[in-house]
This record gives sequence, C-alpha cells and structure tokens, in this order.
Amino acid sequence: MKLVALIEFLQRHLKVLVRLCWLVLALLVVGDWLWVDKEPAHTEPEHWFGFWSAFGFVACVVIIFFSKWYGHRGIMKREDYYGDK
Amino acid sequence: MAISDLWLHPAVILLLGAVLLPLLRGRVRSVALVVIPVLAFLRVLYLDPGTHGCVQFLDWGLVFGRVDKLSQVFGYIMTLMCILGSIYSLHVKNPAEQAVAWCYVAGSLGVIYAGDYLVLFLFWELMAFSSVFLIWQRRRPQSIAAGLRYLLVHVFGGVVLLGGIMLHYKATGSLAFGQLDVVHRDLATWMILIGFILNAAVPPLHAWLPDAYSEATVTGSVFLCAFTTKTAVYALCRAFAGMEVLVVLGVVMAIYGVVYAVLENDSRKLLAYHIISQVGYMVAGVGLGTQMAINGACAHAFAHILYKGLLFMGTGSVLQMTGQSKFTELGGLYKKMPWAFVFTLIGGLSISAFPLFSGFVSKSMIVAAGFEEHRTTAAFLLMLASAGTFLHTGLKVPYFIWFGKNNCSAETWQRAEDPPWNMRLAMAITAGLCIWIGCYTPYLYKLLPYAVDYQPYTAYHVSETLQILLFTAVGFFLFLKPLQPTATISLDMDWFYRMGGRAVQWFVDKPAQAVDTWVGELYRVCGLAWLMVTARASAWFDGRVIDGVVDGFARSVRGAGDRLRHLQTRQLQFNILSAMAVLVLLLLVYLLTSM
Repeated sequence: MKLVALIEFLQRHLKVLVRLCWLVLALLVVGDWLWVDKEPAHTEPEHWFGFWSAFGFVACVVIIFFSKWYGHRGIMKREDYYGDK
Repeated sequence: MAISDLWLHPAVILLLGAVLLPLLRGRVRSVALVVIPVLAFLRVLYLDPGTHGCVQFLDWGLVFGRVDKLSQVFGYIMTLMCILGSIYSLHVKNPAEQAVAWCYVAGSLGVIYAGDYLVLFLFWELMAFSSVFLIWQRRRPQSIAAGLRYLLVHVFGGVVLLGGIMLHYKATGSLAFGQLDVVHRDLATWMILIGFILNAAVPPLHAWLPDAYSEATVTGSVFLCAFTTKTAVYALCRAFAGMEVLVVLGVVMAIYGVVYAVLENDSRKLLAYHIISQVGYMVAGVGLGTQMAINGACAHAFAHILYKGLLFMGTGSVLQMTGQSKFTELGGLYKKMPWAFVFTLIGGLSISAFPLFSGFVSKSMIVAAGFEEHRTTAAFLLMLASAGTFLHTGLKVPYFIWFGKNNCSAETWQRAEDPPWNMRLAMAITAGLCIWIGCYTPYLYKLLPYAVDYQPYTAYHVSETLQILLFTAVGFFLFLKPLQPTATISLDMDWFYRMGGRAVQWFVDKPAQAVDTWVGELYRVCGLAWLMVTARASAWFDGRVIDGVVDGFARSVRGAGDRLRHLQTRQLQFNILSAMAVLVLLLLVYLLTSM
C-alpha cells in the first residue's frame, strides 16, 4: 500500500526528516521575528523574540511534569484497583 | 390541550425511525439508517424561524419549537453528526443500538428547540435514559456498572434541575427557557446551573464522562461524545451567557482534562478527558458572554462534535478490529491500519487547532474574546491547555497506537486491519468536513448566532499557533520516556461515589449485620424465654380463669335454657288438664264458702 510505503520511506530517512523539522522550527522563529506584524498582540511579552515558541515548549514541559508529579501523589493506581480489569 | 399549529419536530422523525428500525431487515434497514437521519437533517435545514409546536397543558403553554439562529446552529450539527454516526454504525447487527442512539439524538434536538423549561426537562431525561443503553450494549460487567453510575449521576442532576425549574417558576411565574439573571442569582438559578454543568462535565461533576464513555460500545461512544456535553453548552449559551464563574470553571476544565490525559493509558478514556478540556473552552466562552465569545462557544461546539466524533471513530475502529484500546496493548499499527491512522491524525490536528483544520477557526475566537475582555490570565491558560491538547491528541494517541513500541499480542496483530467500508466512509466524510471548516471559514461563520467580525488567518495568529504546536512537538519527542504509557488507572471524583457505595455495602455487610445478629441472639436468649413464660401464664389464665368464667356462664345459660325448654315443651293435654283441675278446685272452694 502506498500510504505504508510513504511512512516507511520517511522512517528510512528519519535523520534527514529530523534535520528538516529543526530547519522549519528555526525558520518559524526567525520569520516570526522578522516578518510577522505584532500589532494584534494583546500583551507586552508577545512582542518578545520567540515568545510563543518558548511558551509552547514550556507549556508542554509543565504539563508533562506537573501531571506526572500529580499522578504519583496517589492518583495512579493498579488497573484492578476497583476490583475489575 | 390544543395544538396551535401542526409542526413536524425533527426529533419526531428520529423517534419514529427508532420505532421502525427494529422491524426492518437487511438492505432496507441499511438504507433507512442513512435516509432517516438525512430526513431529520433536511427538516432542520427547512425550519422557519419563530415559535412553533405550542401546546396548552394545564396552566402552562408549552413550546416544542423555538427556532432561531442559536438553536439552528446546534440543530444543524446534531443532525449532521447523527448521519455520520449512523453511517459509522451501518455494520452493527443489533438495531437496538442504533434505535437508542436516535432516541438520544431526538432528546438532544428536543432540548435545543425547547422554548420552556418543562419541555427541556422532558427531553433532558430522554437523553439520559436512552444514552445509558449505548454503554450497557457493550455488555461487559464493567460497562453495566459504569452505565449504572452514569444513570445515577444523571438522575441526580435531573432532580436538581427540576428542583431549580420549580423554584424558578414559583419565583417568576414563568417557565420560559431564556436568559436568566446572572447578576442577582437565587437558589433556583444555582440549581438550574448545577443541572446544566453536570451534563457539561464541569469539575467536580465531571467524572461520569470518562467513566462511561470509555466503557460504551464502539459506535455508542461516537454518539455519546457529541450530544450530552454540547447540548449542555447550548443550554448554558441560552440561559447563562455572561456568568462570571463559568470563565473560571471553563479554564479549570481545559487544564484538568489535559492533566488527566497525560496519565491515561486507555485511548478512548484519554479522548474523554479531552472532551472535558475542550468543553472548558466553550464554558469559558459562555462565561465571557460577549457576542464574539458566544459565537466562539457555538463554533467550537460545532467543530468539536466533528473532530471528536472522528477521533472516537478512529480509536473505535482500533477497538473494533483488535479488541484493544490501551496503549500498553497496542503500537506499530501503521502497517495494518494506515487509513485509521490518517483519519485519526486529521482529528488530532483539528482538535489541536492546527491552521487549515477546524479547531483553528473556532477555538481562537474564544481565546481572542478572552484577550479582548482583558481576561489575560484566563486566555493564557487556555493557550497552555491547547499545547496539552496537541501533546496528547495530536501526538500521544497516534504515536502510541500506530508507531512507538509494538505491544500487540500475536492475536491483536493478527486481527488488526483497516475497518469495514462504512466506518472508513464515515471517517473520510468527517475528516473532509474538519478540513473544509478549517479552510473555508464562511461555511461555519454564517451559521453562528451573531454576525462574525473575526479573521483567524492573520500572519500573527498563524505564526503564534504554529510556534506553540511545533515546540510542543519538540517537548513531546524530547520527553518521550516520561510520557510512556503505564498500565494504570487514575483516581478521579468518581472515587467518592464508587468507594462511598462500597462503604455503604461494607456498613451493611459488617456493622449493620453484626448488630442485627446480636439483636437476634438477644431476642432468642432473653426475649424468647420471657415470651415462653408469659405465654404459659397466659395459657393458664386463659384455661383456668377465662375458660372457667366463660364455661360456667355457658353452663348456667344452658341449664336455664333447659328448664325453659322443659316448660315450653310439656304435652298440651297435661297443661289443659292441670288448668282444668285448678279451675274445678277454685270453683269448689267458691261454692263451699258461699253456702
């Protein structure tokens, strides 16, 4: 199937793909700084260089580690905790 | 009772269809499964604005058909989703499942077009009592228990809502379903609000949703994810626009769902937690209450019904084909189920508000309304939650089902393949709609209750969104290890009533049973012995005293009776002879004394 072949092609060239992704990310941050009009921004920090990039990354990290911390405070239990699996 | 005009409610088409469906067989039933929801959809399209279906009942004028822009946008998407869900369920052999699903949709439509609280309540309960069968139809012991919990919670919510309606009627003398006074709130307002937000799955009244939706049938969860919460959002839009507390509750919902999604191992339960998160945006929009925010809430409900339905279709197809829904029992399925992957990914990109996908043009309206109303903290927290949405639904779900470590058993791998044509068709249409809404904004914006003065495709908004989402992806791949699913469950608010129920059972089994046994023993030892003594004394008293008196009296009566009888029964001749002898004797005495 062509779809599977495409996925496997991308997997075989994973290193190139990852480098391309980094390039896209860099272009996004730089392009945002150079060409995007910040007039619609509502707050001062939104004008900072790479603000939304940092926001996205920090938000992701905070969500992962806060959730894991919360889960290990007795929230995560065995699957048969309620007596069913 | 007089019907003011003959008006065909779209719900009636589905209810009649639900009655008819089990009587049909084979190809006819398949055709009906598509045609009847299409008829309901067409009926919605051709509804005239205004008030219809007015019925006088006792002292109340009930309104079944209030048609306006707000009800139409919800009626439109509900019936559209009914078509898609019905196509997705074409392969299901049991017509009861589709019939109860249609009753459930009819309940939702009944609420949407209700003009008064009594009609709303009637259809509100129809939704609860029909939707529970979509959970029970899975027939697992866990599903039966989850369905019972679902029903109990909704019955509780319904009772609170009815109480609020009654108090509201007593205070105002009106049952009209419209905007309530959200500034000067009374007990009735709070009770109606509790009834509504329970169905919107607002914490702490939310735990029924992940508990029940993850236990529903494959097709059942596609229906469930669309109707209950979004009908509640409609009710909130209608009655509670601008209620401040909803902004806070909405933000809490948005983050709460995201946090639990990190911990979740079951793909369908993860999606259920993301319903809470996404409905949080809508609830916050209702709380903001501006025209843009209400438009945003409606637009997001519209988009959400489609992409969440698509996500449940994708993960449902995995469950249907492999029998598994947990990440720890799946993985690497792209080789076996590539189309299910593509459609689920489109759902994931839509919910994550990727540019060109539906969530991008709807979610941003609510966040923009938040910024415009200077609710900066709330708006930033909603942005943070959107990073979490992409983290789980856009990345975690596709990655751990179709890529990642292959945890499939030999049997799971053997069974895995793309689902039947009808499921693929439903997913393809829904995916197409998600992209269509994201690319051609007038389609959705023209349906909204207020005129839209909002342009999502600005360079700033596109750049902002891409940065948040792509750097979230960086975080995902960097911290893949902590995100590895574990075979655990997460305790939630349902713990209180699940363990509370067990506490009651323990109380009945142990202390209450012990007291009952002790009382029984005490009665046997003390009570029974005393009872025997008193019984013997009573028997003696009865035998000797009572019987003696009674028997003696009886004997006396019998003797007197005998004597009387003896007097009465002597022979007549003897009596006459005796009388004649006395008479002769008296005559002789008279003659002797007179000489």
